[in-house]
Amino acid sequence: MKILVAVKRVIDYNVQIRVKEDGSGVVTDNVKMSTNPPDDNAIEEAVKIKEAGKATEIVAITVGEEKAQETVRKALAVGADKGIHVKTKGVLEPLAVSKIIQKIVEKEKPDLVFMGKQAIDDDCNQTGQMLSALLNWPQATFASNIEVKDNTLEVTREIDEGLETVEINIPAIVTCDLRLNEPRYASLPNIMKAKKKPIEEINVSDLGIDITPRVQQLKVEEPPKRKAGIKVANVAELVQKLKNEAKVI
Amino acid sequence: MAVLLIAEHNNKELRPFTLNAATAASQIDVDVHAVIIGQNSENAVKKLSELPVVKKVISIEGPHYENFTAENFAPAIVKLAENYSHIVCSANTFGKNLMPRVAAHLDTSQVSDIIKVISPDTFLRPIYAGNAFATVKTNDAKKCVTIRPTSFEPCESSGGTATIEKGEAGEEFTNTKFIKREEIKSDRPELGTARIVVSGGRGMQSGDNFKLITEVADKLGAAIGASRAAVDAGYISNDHQVGQTGKVVVPDLYIAIGISGAIQHLAGMKESKVIVAINKDGEAPIFSVADYGLEADLFEALPQFMEELNKLNTIQK
Repeated sequence: MKILVAVKRVIDYNVQIRVKEDGSGVVTDNVKMSTNPPDDNAIEEAVKIKEAGKATEIVAITVGEEKAQETVRKALAVGADKGIHVKTKGVLEPLAVSKIIQKIVEKEKPDLVFMGKQAIDDDCNQTGQMLSALLNWPQATFASNIEVKDNTLEVTREIDEGLETVEINIPAIVTCDLRLNEPRYASLPNIMKAKKKPIEEINVSDLGIDITPRVQQLKVEEPPKRKAGIKVANVAELVQKLKNEAKVI
Repeated sequence: MAVLLIAEHNNKELRPFTLNAATAASQIDVDVHAVIIGQNSENAVKKLSELPVVKKVISIEGPHYENFTAENFAPAIVKLAENYSHIVCSANTFGKNLMPRVAAHLDTSQVSDIIKVISPDTFLRPIYAGNAFATVKTNDAKKCVTIRPTSFEPCESSGGTATIEKGEAGEEFTNTKFIKREEIKSDRPELGTARIVVSGGRGMQSGDNFKLITEVADKLGAAIGASRAAVDAGYISNDHQVGQTGKVVVPDLYIAIGISGAIQHLAGMKESKVIVAINKDGEAPIFSVADYGLEADLFEALPQFMEELNKLNTIQK
């Protein structure tokens, strides 16, 4: 079984982002970038499945500018066998990304595609579902547990009401929740080895698809600030404030 | 052209956020039609037809719709889409799972999780866990939009008399099989719509200690929330998680107990009207959004909090 895992380069989750003064976006120059956190879970799960002898090859793919390749290199260091970098410039919407990955799926013919459930930059939560629609494959989104069976996966999904379990036939798409597993760190020897693993570079123009953005970002601004609160001295004062000042209890 | 609202329900009742999504749909265009897909869902269909903002209801029934599988729902919605300018649904796990599948079939770039309708093609949406707001304009002819339910008031739920039409069921998608759903039943208010939320974090130190939170929540008639750290540690189940990848809540009162206030948690609660933080670390980031901060050991503060609440003659419910 072959697993394709999609990874995205985003501003690191610990960074407090800053909005550009001209309202054109957020500051990314000299800001720490990392792999989108749930994409790390997607890679980890693929590696675990391979270690259990249920997968034979893991291919990591990213779509984006030159530096996006760092995320593929990291995936190779934790256990992916081969990388693909589809090179693009400028704004990419989830619909465009899913069309690009669709082309790669047609070429690579994986049995499974894993990715994070949501990217923490645009917070869209779309790409996996869109890809599965384009391929007409089953989708198991927000996965917190995956059991690999013969030609199916049994996936536990986190939903607002609790948990849902679905069985999906392979080939299929799974989008991963942060609770799926604990991503490992790459060891130094594996980081060195990963430098020798192949990364195929593909220019998006060679895929013959239209990725022109459909949604214009007119303005990015800071959200309204909360006005500063106060510290109370003790519990009695807190309850008195909630009762008589805020009038919420 | 009219707006098509996708109703969320459990085959018996409408799920509450359908009312918030109906409000958002009506702000895009007054002509709102609603599609409801399910099995033996007559009562929910009737409830939907009673929403005054809904002008027409399209009911699609079939055994393969019983469990709301996106792979079955999407083609049925796509078939209706040609008559509509917009398709609208809540950005909760139901809508997040379903809408992108619809959008991709329609070759439309979806706009996710909007918090404001600026015009029929322009919307405000949070990005980077709510640390920035983006104004976006979609140029697609057909617009697929998910709405953040807590940013729109629920619409009136009675008095309407929309016509009900039967819609055509689609084929079953046989490569996905529903196995089971484990819903956590509780007599407490729903987290997403509660007036008061009491949340615990890693500082609770164990699942057992969450009973301190439960007591306070019961006293206040509140829902119980949690940070991701508390859910990851197994103190409480995932349906309680508040934050960027969990639920977004906007209660009148949010009480954060033993929660440090990571960016990802703040994303889910910082629009609450009044925020209280109880934490022994005076430097914890949660204090930067708190209206009332109490620097204290929660294991001392919570029993005292219960005592003080018990002294009050009345508590708003």
